[in-house]
Amino acid sequence: MAATPMNQLSALVNNMFATGLLDEQFQQLQMLQDASAPDFVSEVVTLFCDDGERIIGELTKLLEKSSVDFDRVDAFVHQLKGSSASVGAQKVKNTCIQFREFCQQKSRDGCLKTLDSVRTEFYDLRSKFQTLLQLERQIQGFYPK
Amino acid sequence: MAPDGAGECGGGCRRGKAAHAGAGAVAGFFVCLLVVWAIGGCGRLGCGRVAEEEAVAGQFNLSRSQLQELVSILSSSERECMANQVSYLPCISDTLCIGDKASGGKQNWLKDVILQEFCTVQDKYDRNSHTPALLENKFLQNIIKQSSPITQCNLGECDLYAGIKGLNVDQNIVSSSNHTRMFYLSALFGTIVISIVRTICKRGKQSNKLCQDEKLLQIPSAKISRKWSKRALLIGVVLGLFSSMCIFSSMYADVVVRRIENLANMCDERARMLQDQFNVSMNHVHALAILVSTFHHGKNPSAIDQKTFEDFTARTTFERPLMSGVAYALKVLHSERERFEQQHGWKIKKMEAGDQSHVHDYNPEKLEPSPIQDEYAPVIFSQETVKHIISVDMMSGKEDHDNILRSRATGKGALTSPFKLLKSNHLGVVLTFTVYKYDLPPNATPEERIHATLGYLGASFDVPSLVDKLLEQLASKQKILVKLYDTTNRTSPINMYGSDFTASGDLHRSYIDFGDPTRKHEMHCRFKHEPPLPWSAITISMAVAIIVLLVGQIIYATLNSLEEAEDNYRAMLELKGRAEAADVAKSQFLATVSHEIRTPMNGVLGMLQMLMDTELDTTQQDFVVTAQESGKALINLINEVLDLAKIESGRIELETVPFDVRDILDNVVSLFSEKSQAKGIELAVLVSDQVPDVLTGDPWRFRQIITNLVGNSMKFTERGHIFIQVHLVEELKRTKIVFDDISAQNREVTDNPDNTMPCNTLSGLEVADNWKSLENFRMFKFSNDAMDAINLVVTVEDTGIGITKDAQTRIFTPFMQADSSTSRTYGGTGIGLSITKCLVELMGGEIGFTSKPGVGSTFSFTAIFKENRRSPGDIKRYHSEPTPSDFQGMRALIIDGRCARAEITMYHVRRLGIWCDLAATSESAFSSLLEACNSSSPNLVFVDKDVWGEGSGYGDCIRKPLRLSTIAACLRKALGIGVTRQNSRDQSLVLRSVLTGKQILVVDDNAVNRKVAAGALKKYGAIVTCVESGIDAIDMLKPPHTFDACFMDVQMPEMDGFEATRLIRAVEKKINDMIQTGELSAESYRNKANWHVPILAMTADVIQATFEGCMHCGMDGYVSKPFEELQLYSAVAHFLETNATDPSS
Repeated sequence: MAATPMNQLSALVNNMFATGLLDEQFQQLQMLQDASAPDFVSEVVTLFCDDGERIIGELTKLLEKSSVDFDRVDAFVHQLKGSSASVGAQKVKNTCIQFREFCQQKSRDGCLKTLDSVRTEFYDLRSKFQTLLQLERQIQGFYPK
Repeated sequence: MAPDGAGECGGGCRRGKAAHAGAGAVAGFFVCLLVVWAIGGCGRLGCGRVAEEEAVAGQFNLSRSQLQELVSILSSSERECMANQVSYLPCISDTLCIGDKASGGKQNWLKDVILQEFCTVQDKYDRNSHTPALLENKFLQNIIKQSSPITQCNLGECDLYAGIKGLNVDQNIVSSSNHTRMFYLSALFGTIVISIVRTICKRGKQSNKLCQDEKLLQIPSAKISRKWSKRALLIGVVLGLFSSMCIFSSMYADVVVRRIENLANMCDERARMLQDQFNVSMNHVHALAILVSTFHHGKNPSAIDQKTFEDFTARTTFERPLMSGVAYALKVLHSERERFEQQHGWKIKKMEAGDQSHVHDYNPEKLEPSPIQDEYAPVIFSQETVKHIISVDMMSGKEDHDNILRSRATGKGALTSPFKLLKSNHLGVVLTFTVYKYDLPPNATPEERIHATLGYLGASFDVPSLVDKLLEQLASKQKILVKLYDTTNRTSPINMYGSDFTASGDLHRSYIDFGDPTRKHEMHCRFKHEPPLPWSAITISMAVAIIVLLVGQIIYATLNSLEEAEDNYRAMLELKGRAEAADVAKSQFLATVSHEIRTPMNGVLGMLQMLMDTELDTTQQDFVVTAQESGKALINLINEVLDLAKIESGRIELETVPFDVRDILDNVVSLFSEKSQAKGIELAVLVSDQVPDVLTGDPWRFRQIITNLVGNSMKFTERGHIFIQVHLVEELKRTKIVFDDISAQNREVTDNPDNTMPCNTLSGLEVADNWKSLENFRMFKFSNDAMDAINLVVTVEDTGIGITKDAQTRIFTPFMQADSSTSRTYGGTGIGLSITKCLVELMGGEIGFTSKPGVGSTFSFTAIFKENRRSPGDIKRYHSEPTPSDFQGMRALIIDGRCARAEITMYHVRRLGIWCDLAATSESAFSSLLEACNSSSPNLVFVDKDVWGEGSGYGDCIRKPLRLSTIAACLRKALGIGVTRQNSRDQSLVLRSVLTGKQILVVDDNAVNRKVAAGALKKYGAIVTCVESGIDAIDMLKPPHTFDACFMDVQMPEMDGFEATRLIRAVEKKINDMIQTGELSAESYRNKANWHVPILAMTADVIQATFEGCMHCGMDGYVSKPFEELQLYSAVAHFLETNATDPSS
């Protein structure tokens, strides 16, 4: 079997599913992509990535302050959680849930810790998404509409 | 000597520390015995004393209480003696000792011995006053030991020995008996050595205990005690040498005494003999005198003339062995001279006294006539030997004159002092007896005697020749030198016999009584030769010294080796500590560094990622991707190192959680599916159906092991397959024979000539036979009887490059790859397998492998898990859905030419609850399909691509590697006719019909959510408008508007969904009211009298409270976010269907 972009893409997605990065929601998203919305997944993913990065940046800033505004942090985390749930970023979502718990406890250390893991997971996911998008671009390049 | 011995013993006590010194000491003991007995053997004669001593020794051994008493007496008297010694009054100690002796009861004899000993010691003190300090020191030592209550029980015996030994030694010294000495010596050394050995053993044990108890604390004290031990050893050796010197001196003294005694004996013997012989001769002379008196004077005419006398005397010479000759002189008064001369016909001649020079040519004819004197004593008869003195006047010689006078006055024999005899010129003495007219009473006065005198019988002793003759009769004449002195004049003794040369050495004088009280004689005896060296004393003392030195050497060597061992031990301990510290430091360093590297690496990776997002040309993109890949590899490596460090420092703890083995394996397979597809390797997993669904253990570590093994295999496999099998140990054991057969079968070339693959394995390639490595596993040899223990065997089989024989030994060593070229070709650190091994061992299993270079490797490991008997409630799963039950009861036909591969397919398909039939070829499959049509037709047909060939029209394609979720998903997709799919298709159709053309407002602050929601809704034909805040939503929904529905996110910043809804409802209400009241024209509000836009909450947490909150604030329902088709349908349909008057079909 040749390592075509198609194969690579499906392997990558499979892998992301297997490692628990993604859940069925992403499949749903993929299902939503059709001729009418050919770039739907990539749009959503790009949006998610940008949004997530922004939120993580905000969170980092917020948590760097000496007096943390936990309500705001919570709001941001909620936002991120929502986004990740929409994209099917299972891991990020779960970590966000954890994050929110810490927010409710107003535990800065816990927040910082979970922020770290959120960040790690997010960037991990994002890199995979990047690859995915690239592959998709390639595929679309191969099979132009 | 007791203190000496005790000192030695005490030294031994302190010295001893190592039990193994005992062996050397015992050997030394036997050597002592041998040497001493060998030396002593020659001199041992008298045994009576020995027996006695032995009996005493037996007594010693028998009654310990007596001995202890003895020891106490010993110590007390010692103290007293010492006190006395200090005051230098030995006599008092003597009395004390005597007092002791008097009070002694049963142990009188023993005490005697002790007393003797102390007296001797006292003597020695007196003699060796130059070394009192040393002796006192010894006393002190002994006393200290005796009075030390702590060590009493241990040292008691020791002291006892010392006491006995002391006694023995003392006896040695005091006793003049040489024969018992050997026994004592051997006993002495026996006791020394025994005591040393005992104490050494005890100390060894004690120190061993101590060592065990407090190894570290003991070290300084051990050092001190060792120092003391060495000192004590030195003292002991010095004492031993001193005792050997004592032995030497005592034995030498003994030798000297014996020599003197010997001399005295011999001298006395000679003197007595001489005296006896002399007396015999004298008696005979006396008898001769009486004879003359009787037969010469008593007869008339005389019966004796010169001839007769000559004859008689000659014939009776043997009676007078010492006399050279006898003569008879007549007492002739001057008045009678003339008549006498005439009668005999010769003149009375004068003895030429003092004319010694002419003695040799003595001629009586030349002698001058005697001058006129009162009386004369001319010799009338004489023995043949002294015939020359006939007619000589004895009175004219001074000596003879005195002699005659004394003799006739006393009536006894008189001796002259030694003088040169006439003619012979020998030194001699003359014995004179007087012949009286009649028998005189013993108390006659001298005058009476003179008056009664008739004549004088003289006998001359030629002393030198006589003594020579005498000595010749005795043996050992040559040994001693004899001198005979006349000591009548004390100041100038006259040498009668013996050469003048003075022999050095001892002198013995024996007094000789020759029967003349006025004369005194002495015999002086000397040894001719110098005394020989006292060899026995030298050898014995040397032997003792050598033994002492030997024992000292042994103990010293032991001490040294002990010290060395201790030093080594300490050094090792230190090194061990350092090594451990270094190890800890290493682990800490690894952990820290790994962590510290990980953090910035994440930054690097993140930045790289961000860089990738920017505008990059292809080359740059390539660079960045490469950099990122490297970074990821580095992170992986660091994670592995961290893992190893954790395992090595024992910080990894296994979890025990329930998990699903099959799920884990599916997960592993999915991890590698990408790679395997890329490489074109077949990756498959098969879990035996005897393995329980849910096990308890550490799934992550289990997964890590398998992942490592599979990853390893993946790295080195370029073609063929990687096959993971999970079985129960028991299962494999049961089917061992079958298993063997199968693996044998794997090698067989199948009959089918068309089949290009020679082996009946997954990919048809040959694999390494695994059974050999399995056989070595503990679990296969011994059955594990734990109740709910599940022993799994996992084998990972590949058709890779294999491992060379010499690399197989170090395959599990960290950072060791099969060979360096491997790492160049394939990369990697070689840490994975060692981690794997650690993990396997941590899980109580074993790992092994078989490998054939060029063929492949098969790794196997065992692991112990527990069966989860509880309800499998919260199982950690990688795939959240449990085994789908959608396909329960379906039938499937699997068509695969290779049964190994078919088995795997069957395994997976069965997991879905599908019954499986197997067909090897498409022909048989076709026939079975036909056959099946009649009875129960299979719902599914699985066909391997190899069998079917490319390009045929089959329904769907399941990408290998197979795993549950992919199969399930694919089946769902393929079985469009399936119930589930049917439903969903209906749903989406309905949704589409419901939503098509509808205007829907999506309110969400989250852009992603917005996008997704919009996308989903758009898919069903809805026209979606998005806003991102509640306020915007209120604006948008302010009537009149064209929205058919609104999806509102609940939680939003500034204004949340509830608030927005409330406000919207308020606006609607106001407008509705106003329309109803006619304030507003209905036309302007699109002829709608009642504005109520369905607002559906979008929420992630679908809980009752939220639902109630939704209702409370005027919402119409809620959908979970992200959308689920079914739920969306049910929610939307409810509100929109009423509006959808004409749903599109």
